Amino acid sequence: MKRVPSLVLIGLGVTLVACGKKPETAPAPMANADSIAAAERARADSAAADSARRAQEEADRIARQRAADSAAAAAAAAAEVRNMLAAMIHFDYDKANIRSDDAAALDQKVGIMNANPDLRIRVSGHCDERGSDEYNLALGNRRATAAKQYLVSHGVDASRIETASYGEERPVAMGHDEDSWAQNRRDEFEVLSGGDVLRRP
Amino acid sequence: MTFARGSLLGLVILSVYPSPRLWSQDTSAIDRGVRIGIIYRPGVRPGLVVLPVRQPGLDSVRTILNRDLDYSDRFEVITLPGGDSVRVGGGGTSPGPAGAARSRVPPALNYPLYQALGADFAVETRLTGDTAIVVVHDVMGGAVRRTFRHRLPGAGDPGFRLAVHRFADQVLQATLGAPGMAATRLLFVKDGKVYRIDQDGADLTLVSSTDRQAMSPAWAPDGHRFAYMEFSGGHGQLFMQDVATNRRVSVVTTGSSLDFTPAFSPDGRTLAFSRAIEEGTDIYTVNARDNCCLQRLTRGGFSDNLSPTFSPDGHRIAFVSTRPGLPQVYVMSADGTDQQLFAPFDYGVTGSSNAPDWSPDGQSVAFHRDVGGTLQVFVLDVRTRTVRQLTSLGRNEDPTWAPDSRHMAFVSDRSGYRQLWVIDLETGRIRPLLQQSGARLPAWSPRIAEPVSANP
Repeated sequence: MKRVPSLVLIGLGVTLVACGKKPETAPAPMANADSIAAAERARADSAAADSARRAQEEADRIARQRAADSAAAAAAAAAEVRNMLAAMIHFDYDKANIRSDDAAALDQKVGIMNANPDLRIRVSGHCDERGSDEYNLALGNRRATAAKQYLVSHGVDASRIETASYGEERPVAMGHDEDSWAQNRRDEFEVLSGGDVLRRP
Repeated sequence: MTFARGSLLGLVILSVYPSPRLWSQDTSAIDRGVRIGIIYRPGVRPGLVVLPVRQPGLDSVRTILNRDLDYSDRFEVITLPGGDSVRVGGGGTSPGPAGAARSRVPPALNYPLYQALGADFAVETRLTGDTAIVVVHDVMGGAVRRTFRHRLPGAGDPGFRLAVHRFADQVLQATLGAPGMAATRLLFVKDGKVYRIDQDGADLTLVSSTDRQAMSPAWAPDGHRFAYMEFSGGHGQLFMQDVATNRRVSVVTTGSSLDFTPAFSPDGRTLAFSRAIEEGTDIYTVNARDNCCLQRLTRGGFSDNLSPTFSPDGHRIAFVSTRPGLPQVYVMSADGTDQQLFAPFDYGVTGSSNAPDWSPDGQSVAFHRDVGGTLQVFVLDVRTRTVRQLTSLGRNEDPTWAPDSRHMAFVSDRSGYRQLWVIDLETGRIRPLLQQSGARLPAWSPRIAEPVSANP
């Protein structure tokens, strides 16, 4: 461990010696002072231009990187927001009231709606297969309306939310058990317009 | 009903139909000969035999007639012992291939033979050119009762089966004086599409014209049009479609919200339906003839009102309302006034009741009700306002009446998967209409009237 620094020092010494020697071994020939000055100037200019160009390139690169980063970040944010918006809420059997464990998901949607004033959405209500086929259209309608009323009561303009019902016609889980039924008793949220660039709440 | 009227009526019935019933398929029964008893046998129905045909082109006619008359559940349809080789002609002469020379004068039927077989009626079919002749023999009276002649379209013609079904209904009318339901069809939904099928399970036809999900088909009273709902852009739109041409028109004012469960009034002028908007689901009507003039019949507020069905006189509409909490069957005047509970229920005990269908004779409303977590078909007696449970095996739902008001189609999973079944409420006989899984929301047509113009 001790040797490493000394070796480094020796190395450095060699380099220094080598550098120190250079002016002596290569004396500048006497020449036209003007041309020297001009050459010096030209060299300085080109060096300056070089470094300026390099700086510019670097700045461009950083800008591009930043833009890409921010675009990626924006896209990531939009995707995240879209996922938050699309998060389904669920219902008890033959019920259309918002469950307390779904309030947080709906509050999140309120924030998204507020942060994206151009956003318009459709809430569609769905049911499990146990009830009557046609009655389930009315029940799904209640479920969609319940979510809309929640959003509106938290300040979202009613004209920005459409409702729909598909009854039991579009299940997400195909099983015939309570687990599937629970997944199918739901509201879905889809973007109708203004969802291209979604900002975080 | 008929079963419980006691021995006096039993004697009357026996004097009309005194012959013993031949057990179908059981050819040994003929050896027992004629038995006359003074014992009242409930459920005894007149025996009927559809005679073997001589012309090969009539085989399918005979098959369809035989099945229709069997499915009417009003006869003991007799299967001839030894297949169809039994002698058709009269006088007990030796059987032989029917010569064309014999058809000049139709031989008299061997009435004693068919009496011995237990037949009260025998149905004979003949073909002259493109005219089918159906002769109804009164076997006990030993005479021809009625003869029907109609042009019969070729076997490939779409009108062929319906023409034969109409013969079956005429036979029923001529023998028992009862209107039949042979010349009818059903609509139903499978995989989001509307299909049509004859009541005997034949001629399955896709009638949906788009790939959009469809629901709730309903017949117009003439049997030549129907209405149904189709999902469209988050909404539900109603259409009226012509059976013969498949041309359809959208019902104006529908499609900008969720409109569903259409139902024609008996005069065909009004189409009632359910509309779901944010304040709830309510029943509306439009003028079906002029395709205009939206009217609102219910104003639910905190309850939903849906699934209208007209009484056959057109004066009342039964429907489903959630005003008692769970959905139950209500009734109102056709103009929306006088809304009241129709099918009684025990609050907090009786389950949800849905999908009412008013019988064509006006006396009953069929619906389904949640019993212990599964659905069962119930029938409401309109006069006494009492309900009785009709089914108990498996899950049974969405009943629809046949025009004879004694047959009913419904959806049941009793065989392990959901399919369409037909039950006769008088005899309790039940048969699958369609051996395919996933069929639902059946709608039984009225008797399909002959088109006014015979042009196809």
